[in-house]
Amino acid sequence: MSDIALRMDHVYKRFSRGERHDSLRDLIPAMTRRLLRRGSRPVALKEQEFWALQDINFEIKKGESIGIIGHNGAGKSTMLKHLSGLMRPTSGKIEVNGRLSALIEVGAGFHQDLTGRENVFLNGSILGMSRAEIRRKFDEIVDFSGLKEFIDTPVKRYSSGMYARLGFAVAAHMEPDVLIIDEVLSVGDFVFQAKGVEKMRSVLKGGATVIFVSHNLRAVADLCSRTMLLRKGQIIDDGPTSKVIHTYMEQIRTSRTIDADKQVIIDSVSVRGRDAPRLDFVAGEQATVTVQIRALRKVEKLACVLMLLDENYYEIFNTSTERLGLNVMNLEAGQTCTCTFDLDLHLAAGSFHIGVVLYRYDTTTHYDEITPAATLLIRSPIDVRGTANLYPRATICPAPG
Amino acid sequence: MLDDLRRLMRSKELLYMLTWRDIRIRYKQSIMGVMWAILMPTLIVGAGIIIRVGAAKWSGTSITMHDIASVMVRAVAWAFFAASIRFGTNCLVGNTNLVTKIAFPKEVFPMAAVLSSLFDFCVATIAILIVLVILGWAPSWYVLWSLYLVFVLVSLATGLSLILSAGNLFFRDVKYIVEIFLTYAIFFTPVLYDADMLGKWSHVLLLNPVAPILEGLSDTMVEQRAPDAAWVAYSTTVAAVSLLVGYWWFKQLEAKFAERI
Repeated sequence: MSDIALRMDHVYKRFSRGERHDSLRDLIPAMTRRLLRRGSRPVALKEQEFWALQDINFEIKKGESIGIIGHNGAGKSTMLKHLSGLMRPTSGKIEVNGRLSALIEVGAGFHQDLTGRENVFLNGSILGMSRAEIRRKFDEIVDFSGLKEFIDTPVKRYSSGMYARLGFAVAAHMEPDVLIIDEVLSVGDFVFQAKGVEKMRSVLKGGATVIFVSHNLRAVADLCSRTMLLRKGQIIDDGPTSKVIHTYMEQIRTSRTIDADKQVIIDSVSVRGRDAPRLDFVAGEQATVTVQIRALRKVEKLACVLMLLDENYYEIFNTSTERLGLNVMNLEAGQTCTCTFDLDLHLAAGSFHIGVVLYRYDTTTHYDEITPAATLLIRSPIDVRGTANLYPRATICPAPG
Repeated sequence: MLDDLRRLMRSKELLYMLTWRDIRIRYKQSIMGVMWAILMPTLIVGAGIIIRVGAAKWSGTSITMHDIASVMVRAVAWAFFAASIRFGTNCLVGNTNLVTKIAFPKEVFPMAAVLSSLFDFCVATIAILIVLVILGWAPSWYVLWSLYLVFVLVSLATGLSLILSAGNLFFRDVKYIVEIFLTYAIFFTPVLYDADMLGKWSHVLLLNPVAPILEGLSDTMVEQRAPDAAWVAYSTTVAAVSLLVGYWWFKQLEAKFAERI
């Protein structure tokens, strides 16, 4: 047997925009019209078509964990639906080796009027478990969900968080060879999410192949060694997760055009040390971030937000002119203004991204954002891991030989 | 097709669970519980008795116990058939979130719809058997025929449900057409009356594949005689063809379900 778990070979999928006839009442007149004008099929139909997937080629080895990222509408869900067999491609070949479970939505198939217990059995068999298997794992599932005292309550009385937790608990106890997960880790509270990531890790350790689609880049970076970036139905990058996430963020940055609708924009963001503009710093040094703002129309009560993100684009620091006690900015059309932040970079070694947002607090209006605006490279004279640098000094007493 | 059938066999647990779900919900939601299965046949029996009393008055005879027993047998079978078709037509659209999100053989939905209606049928059958025994009914060996006739009826209902559920997924007005059809089909089927009441026109009526089954059930259960073999063979053929064509057609369209629903 080959060590390939999944393969897509020149897969294309054609979708059609616009409405289709979905009642016989519409179809029959349309067919009559077509018969009367035989041969002259409307050309407009062709224009409405587009490629939802275009020449998708990849192989996934057994035991690999793959992230799939991309904007909404990039084709992520369409790709998953093809992998799970819900859709068939217009052309091309898809190969799946082993038992595949697709988790496209937790709690799909829950019935409102059934109790938690009944839904565990129903949902389990929908996901492909046998009743004996569910009975064996039942206690474990209930423990995992933390819903022991509500298990005999109809799920319509559950909160949405409880609902999702029970759904995830069932799904997490499948033992598939290939597991496809779409955004399901974003359920439940923080503690439950951590539990979910832990569970995924153990599924991975068990040798399963995992395909993980998420907007949560942090979770993708945590779970997946390799990631694919989709855009308009094509794979535009495929490789180590950190590299692909970088491509993705670069893409967001460069695709930003000056939108006529925008009222105020960030013209530029620059970083300098004490001496000159630069991006590499030694931990503890001071950096100055300068943000140039230009109003396209009249704006009021504007604040500038500065964020620092780690390699995986997880926010580790956030401040703003307003929260630092500065007055809000009121700008006339065409007027410019400069915000300057001095930062002491007490950071561990690594690369950190700077993000800038223009925001109005009282109306919570988000005017403009550049993330990442710049990437800082930090070196540390002492070896510390993590993100913060507390300049540790250690002693051992008595001093070892 | 063999591969499809193998996959279906692997999903028998799921079929069981979906059937169980449908039954559970139906009996849980209605305060009437078991009454649910009996309500529809009872109404049909009431209508049938009125028709037969009218027919008896007109021809100068009077209504017999046989007539009432015959209407009961036919009513229960027809109620099953109508409910299967009704639930079957809606089953895919009613489970949209499962159809679009989870991959498994989708024919389990129409099959579960028919099976859960079959459960109601069994409840109603027990009820009429009790009534029949009270009325002094004693079974004969011909009753075994009725098991076969029910099997044919289940096959026919499954075949039609496969076709109609897929049809309703693509064209949402199919369910309205089915609803109108079911409302009036009772007049084109010998439920409220016997086929021979129509005299020489009864053959036209028997072309309706459900008709020979209902006639046969009445023959075997009430009249204690063998059903008309030729017409039973005809119904069997129609049921087998509808099942084969329905399954084939359903599998052809299945790949498009998730994107067209």
